[in-house]
Amino acid sequence: MSPTTKVAQSAAGPASAGTSTTPTTGDTDAVTEAAAAVAAGSAAAVTEGSLGGSAGASGGGSGAANRGPATDYAEYRVVPARHPWRWVGTAVVALGVAGIAWSLATNPRWEWGVVAQWFTAKSIVDGLLETLKLTAISGILGFILGFILALMRLSASPLLVSVSWTFSWIFRSTPLLVQMLLWYNLGYLYEKISLGIPFTDVRFFEIQTTTLISQFAAAVLGLTLNQAAYSAEIIRGGILSVDQGQLEAASALGIPAWRRSTRIVLPQAMRAILPTAFNEIIGLVKGTSIVYVLAYSELFYTIQVIYNRTQQVLPLLLVATLWYVVITSVLSVFQYYIERYYSKGAVRTLPLTPLQKACRFLSIHALSADNSAKVTR
Amino acid sequence: MSIIATDIPAATGGAGVPAAGPTRGLVEITKVRKSFGAVEVLKGITLTVEPGGVAVIVGPSGSGKSTLLRTINHLEKVDGGFIAIDGTLVGYEVRGSTLHELREKDVLKQRTEIGMVFQNFNLFPHLTALENVTEAPVVAPRSGKPRLSKAQARERGLELLDRVGLKDRAGAYPRQLSGGQQQRVAIARALALEPKILLFDEPTSALDPELVNEVLDVIRGLAKSGTTLIIVTHEMGFARDVADTVVFMDQGQIVEQGSPQDIFSNPREERTRSFFSKVIEPAFNI
Repeated sequence: MSPTTKVAQSAAGPASAGTSTTPTTGDTDAVTEAAAAVAAGSAAAVTEGSLGGSAGASGGGSGAANRGPATDYAEYRVVPARHPWRWVGTAVVALGVAGIAWSLATNPRWEWGVVAQWFTAKSIVDGLLETLKLTAISGILGFILGFILALMRLSASPLLVSVSWTFSWIFRSTPLLVQMLLWYNLGYLYEKISLGIPFTDVRFFEIQTTTLISQFAAAVLGLTLNQAAYSAEIIRGGILSVDQGQLEAASALGIPAWRRSTRIVLPQAMRAILPTAFNEIIGLVKGTSIVYVLAYSELFYTIQVIYNRTQQVLPLLLVATLWYVVITSVLSVFQYYIERYYSKGAVRTLPLTPLQKACRFLSIHALSADNSAKVTR
Repeated sequence: MSIIATDIPAATGGAGVPAAGPTRGLVEITKVRKSFGAVEVLKGITLTVEPGGVAVIVGPSGSGKSTLLRTINHLEKVDGGFIAIDGTLVGYEVRGSTLHELREKDVLKQRTEIGMVFQNFNLFPHLTALENVTEAPVVAPRSGKPRLSKAQARERGLELLDRVGLKDRAGAYPRQLSGGQQQRVAIARALALEPKILLFDEPTSALDPELVNEVLDVIRGLAKSGTTLIIVTHEMGFARDVADTVVFMDQGQIVEQGSPQDIFSNPREERTRSFFSKVIEPAFNI
């Protein structure tokens, strides 16, 4: 009896595959290997390779033809592999999370009542609006200035390059707190600020420094300049990440310089800029709390004023924290969708948004629920 | 517009073509030199390509072929010599006996008459195939022709994509296209400005072998259209098919030039012969 027919027999039914194969001829290895593979369910892999090797090409054909219908496992029930340790791990983590949640909810010293009472109090909401205003203004101005600094740094003029470099160097190496106090006390260094032509007596405009630099102006100035120094580097990095060939192709097509930057380079640079830029903006939201040193009534300063009066320090800090969490969450959602927008063309197919995933999940499960209902009937 | 065509014949010494005539796409390269640092990559290149002609430049890597191509549309500034298109200097304006470097805006105008196709396509990945083709005609400053409206550009773009066989992929992003399809979009993009001259910088070198022909077929079609083509390539069979003039370059110099017949079958120079013996399969080299 040739090994070929043996394999063909053994493959006649999966139930017999494990038992009936007792190789008697020389090609023992090939036969057992083939039988094992059939038993494991990968019949297709066996047909050509093993048979061709053991019995020659002529036998291979008939062997494959004989076992056709028997290897159809379409009707079989599939039992997924079990992962007991995954369940253990999940249970441990779930227990930990539940414990933390429980203590947050039941420990009376968190004083959730106080948190709820102050969370939407008018003074807090006013402070929150000030925080948002500071973030928006210094964020936008900072990134515009940063963009200009980045272009200066990439220009061909050595003077522009070194001015831009020095700006970033100074503002990244001094503490923000010092910058704030310096701007606020600018009146001590320069009593009057005037606009004119240097080294002449021509003055267009002159003003007392203390009138010009209010708390708000000092806060915006400090945050903006500091932000500009960091965002300049982020934007420069983004621009450098765009392939030089893109600029070449655009200039070869006669596309004007401004359009090359805004239409060709920036949209591609955005992919590299956005993640770090959002880091910066989220940092800035919380960074605005530093202007409490100027006694400027943004969220954090307001909180401090209140807890100094009521002595409910932790609950009020919790109020501030919760608001920062809310702002960061909203920004993160924006980040997700903006990044998605700029990733068009960079990936072959855009992944589904969480919302789309949820819709699909629901529709699939609604359908399968429908189907199972039909089956049971 | 500041480019004065009638001033040039004196400057170029004249290649026997009246400059004021209605020629389209005459390229005259005269004694062009270019160095990168201490390395001189072009050592005095002189080459004329007649209007509607097809010149194919071949030669070993590093021989300066691509650099020469890039000087023609002023992507590289030359260190010496000059290049003229239909008698007008590229990148400079003649005033009396001085050459004034053109401002960026005027260089861009000249470039719209010279299309370029790159080895690695350089399609804009964030724009669709159609947007890639329609971008330049809407925004590029052109001499003597108005900018197109978006609707006109779209119509022209679809026509051009149809011409390269990709009308049905107009909405696809470059990454969704095969290499051959991307290069065909890049050719359509270069054609959108109706250039007099098209430069091809190794247009098939980044392609899988089975995709090469779909691109070469498009270029073959263009060779009959009356546009001047200057092609740097390693596809010798294609060069033989399509070229009027084959130029063999080595080490920054033109070693010899002539009809495909002359260059491929009876090269005069030893350097040419030894190069072809390495790159052409024996069956072809009869």
